[in-house]
Amino acid sequence: MSEQGEKKAPAARRIFPPAVNEETAKFWKAAEAGKLLYGYCLACNEPHYFPRLFCPFCFSERVEWREAGGNATVYSYSIMYRSPTGPYTIAWVTLAEGPRVLTNLVDCDFKKIAINAPAKLVWKPSEGGAPVPFFTLA
Amino acid sequence: MSIKGKAYVMGAFEHPTREAPDKSTAQLHVECARGALADAGLNKDDIDGYFCAGDAPGFGAMSMADYMGLRNLRHMDSTETGGSSYILHVGHAAEAIAAGKCSVALVTLAGKPRTSGGPGGGGGRPGGFAAAPEAAFEMPYGGTTHNQYAMCATRHMHEFGTTSEQLAWIKVAASHHAQYNPHAFLKEVVTVEEVLASPMIATPLHRLDCCVVTDGGGALIVTSPEIARQLNRPMVKIIGAGEAPKGTYGGKVDLTFSGAAWSGPKAFAEAGVKPADIKYASIYDSFTITVLMQIEDLGFCAKGDGGKFVADGNLISGVGKLPFNTDGGGLCNNHPTNRGGITKVIEAVRQLRGEAHPKVQVPGCDLALAHGTGGSLGTRHGSATLIMERE
Repeated sequence: MSEQGEKKAPAARRIFPPAVNEETAKFWKAAEAGKLLYGYCLACNEPHYFPRLFCPFCFSERVEWREAGGNATVYSYSIMYRSPTGPYTIAWVTLAEGPRVLTNLVDCDFKKIAINAPAKLVWKPSEGGAPVPFFTLA
Repeated sequence: MSIKGKAYVMGAFEHPTREAPDKSTAQLHVECARGALADAGLNKDDIDGYFCAGDAPGFGAMSMADYMGLRNLRHMDSTETGGSSYILHVGHAAEAIAAGKCSVALVTLAGKPRTSGGPGGGGGRPGGFAAAPEAAFEMPYGGTTHNQYAMCATRHMHEFGTTSEQLAWIKVAASHHAQYNPHAFLKEVVTVEEVLASPMIATPLHRLDCCVVTDGGGALIVTSPEIARQLNRPMVKIIGAGEAPKGTYGGKVDLTFSGAAWSGPKAFAEAGVKPADIKYASIYDSFTITVLMQIEDLGFCAKGDGGKFVADGNLISGVGKLPFNTDGGGLCNNHPTNRGGITKVIEAVRQLRGEAHPKVQVPGCDLALAHGTGGSLGTRHGSATLIMERE
């Protein structure tokens, strides 16, 4: 344990439990089973994310929540260096099903991240709550 | 009905402080209000309309109105669109005045993120984000203003070939103006190379691509034409205003443009002028990318050409075609309580009055624009555009 020149590793980034409410309980229950749900409108055939019980495009309530396959491509990203827990990458990824999802690109070489790079869904546990969806380079 | 010519900005005050450890936020609001009233030549009891946003401590507009002793209020508006709120408030004040709901409107902003804030400045952020419908789907990902705006820059570079050097020119131009402002937080002229050599904050934005974090505030007085004519100040007429929220739209996210693409045309149509007519522009500058995207979206150049447009000093007063943020802007002068809207209106008013610093005053400045983006360009934000004319 040298006192000189030893750099403390940054504390790990904490993933707080997502706030669950009456509308989103089903989403987070599916998350426990490793399923990422998105909304699909049976009236106008538009998918949306994050899922709602109505369609944000046509306002119909004929919406069902479907499971996403977990494949996406990077729409944009930024590697955040101003972070007490070490660098992390925030990104918008485009699901194969259409909607864009705000996420982090985790467990990958940041130097390999590029717009249009394929990405796939991974789950990370939160502190005492439902797991949270993240993406990694495919 | 139009607001064109129905109201005037007759008082404008920017608090000189950039660090206020010994003052309360409410006190700063009052000092700003007193400054704007003195500038207009009006008294507290003349105020019958009050406008504030989330930085005002307390319960909407009511706590501050009560604290200040505004006894004659008959109109209040606490519309919150983040840093653009105060630009939007001027448009709302003109609407209220046009409708006869008030005749002397006060707008205030103040806060002290520099001396009492948390990470990133902190102070001045309204509560309630945790209960927002998007919160559970966004908060786990460490979104900050820096990295969310940075994602817009990443995408802009990808689609249009915009470079870090071009973004750096925006900071360079702001620093050229700030050197003449004795109150500016950063007064040093910087070069493109210095911007690029500053630490990376959130790729591709460097530290010098970011605005300053300052304590302080500002206030405005907007009056009816009848009252404006009785005052011994140059008359700055409001001729057009536009506002628009932009969001993530159920996952149809497009980071290549801002809500200025919607608020701008509304303001220009109401004013009956074109972007090319504007002599001076206050353009919201939380980050360099914010400026570049808004310049495109407001129609000062074509979408995608912003990088070329801002390069080589084109935003420097006396040098380029579009003098911007001649006080040094949020990038160098002041971004009080992490909200740059009110200082955008204040410098536009100075320019229209001919009261900007002589080194940066635009000759014959009779038409000016102030535009703001509040919230996050990378998720949801409120855009506000205001066009004013020297009468």
